[in-house]
Amino acid sequence: MEVRELTCIGCPLGCSLTVTMEWDKTGEGTDGVPVITVTGNTCPRGEAYARKEVTDPTRIVTSSVTVTGGTIAKASVKTASDIPKGKIFACMEEIRNVSVAAPVHIGDVVIENCAGTGVAVVVTKDVELA
Amino acid sequence: MIQHDIVIIGGGPAGLAAAAAAKKGGADDILILERDGVLGGILNQCIHNGFGLHTFKEELTGPEYASRFIKIVKELGIPYQLNSMVIDINKEKEITVVSRENGLQVIKAKSIILAMGCRERPRGALNIPGYRPAGIYTAGTAQRLVNIEGHMVGKEVVILGSGDIGLIMARRMTLEGAKVKVVAELMPYSGGLKRNIVQCLDDFGIPLKLSHTVVNIEGKGRVTGITLAEVGPDRKPIPGTEEHYSCDTLLLSCGLIPENELTRNMGVSMNPVTSGPMVNDRLETDTEGVFACGNVLHVHDLVDYVSEEAALAGQNAAKYILYGASKTSGNGADAPRCSADAGICTGGSNGGTESSSAGACVAIRAENGVRYTVPQSLDPAAMAEKITVRFRVADVYKDRSICVYYDGKLISKKKKRVLAPGEMEQVVILKSSLAEYPDLKEITIRTEEES
Repeated sequence: MEVRELTCIGCPLGCSLTVTMEWDKTGEGTDGVPVITVTGNTCPRGEAYARKEVTDPTRIVTSSVTVTGGTIAKASVKTASDIPKGKIFACMEEIRNVSVAAPVHIGDVVIENCAGTGVAVVVTKDVELA
Repeated sequence: MIQHDIVIIGGGPAGLAAAAAAKKGGADDILILERDGVLGGILNQCIHNGFGLHTFKEELTGPEYASRFIKIVKELGIPYQLNSMVIDINKEKEITVVSRENGLQVIKAKSIILAMGCRERPRGALNIPGYRPAGIYTAGTAQRLVNIEGHMVGKEVVILGSGDIGLIMARRMTLEGAKVKVVAELMPYSGGLKRNIVQCLDDFGIPLKLSHTVVNIEGKGRVTGITLAEVGPDRKPIPGTEEHYSCDTLLLSCGLIPENELTRNMGVSMNPVTSGPMVNDRLETDTEGVFACGNVLHVHDLVDYVSEEAALAGQNAAKYILYGASKTSGNGADAPRCSADAGICTGGSNGGTESSSAGACVAIRAENGVRYTVPQSLDPAAMAEKITVRFRVADVYKDRSICVYYDGKLISKKKKRVLAPGEMEQVVILKSSLAEYPDLKEITIRTEEES
């Protein structure tokens, strides 16, 4: 059994959630899917958020990459969709090593498959030639 | 002298949305004056996502959100002048602007929309003892250096203040490889959004110390460490609670201040709680034809609300140009106008002096936990079908109601399980609801405890 404490981000209420994951005897060793119980939530969104957070937490990563010959030194970027939370730093490592030449425009792909997630990293700001 | 119908001071999210709405509202001769070399304002450095959930129903980064509005402004053919800093506006709506390209210009406007935004409270305004080494930045300065100019500002970081920019920078610095040791907050609650506390601090195991402040800064050439101490209910440090942190960088996220030097100089009445101008339901100041919107009016939590508010200011500026002052208020030319000073704030609460203009104007008073309202007055005859009154509360409250009174009579009551100063609240006032109160003097918005 594993217990985790989370804060719901669904609304300003910020409910303190307690998530209990229990691997019952039949489930264990077969598919290993735990039985999840959520307490402390005051609405269904809290439960959905907690289940996602303990089974498949994901985030959109935003950062900036070096641009050469542009009006500014950095072009902001983001992962085109959310990636597993555990891949954030691997993704950042790749983003840090990217350098692109101006001009770049919103939507330009700078990494096609970031940290093996299958998700692209795209530019979020136009940077024109200086 | 150069003349324009509407001149908008600032090309950030507020200025852009106001310009687009004014143009769509029928105004043709509009000019945006922007101090920076690009449009978009502070959104250009806010590269994180979470913008536009209300406006575009999708989650955009700051630069993407700005680009949507820049595109609209360009498609509408609205002229803008970059690298142009307004240094004075006078009562006659003459704007003095300086730029390398044009030198010093004076522009005469029929209507002005103030959209200058806000700036961060600097170290000098915080009275932190200690040396003055390099390595102390406001969170927004660090954000610009890291995200736009490509300079990493430090390796070991302490952040004072848990405003949203501070929280966002805690994550940003961590992602760039720095170690953020702690975020300290003077108040017993965070001033930032819940979402940011979870996704910027909890995700990376960064501790948030509430009721703590920096009591010493060490280091001569560069910051070498800081001392934190717990504060009591009087917000004064408690002796014996000092804790030392070694670090090379201190980021300050200690509040935003609307940038209203121009507004004050032109003699517009100010609200000491918001540090922004007093406005009526058209977001018009007590100087006729001068409107205000965005963070220069009051500091917002979400840019979506800035865009919405700015669009209203733009529409009303267009009406002012097309129909003149008397028509915007819907009364005869000599009827008393609802000027924003009707509810002028004199003390800590929003209320204060009673309305002086007979009948045409209703003051909106904030009390009992509601710190202020924007707007501070409305004109029942001329107002739109509904107006949104935005405000912030003074403390974290549980199980309270937001109550609206018309001259002491309870009109609406909305239960809230939690209210926090970090999140803006609003009530909507319908024109139809005012019909039964022809002699209404004052609308009061207050919080009340659940009995």
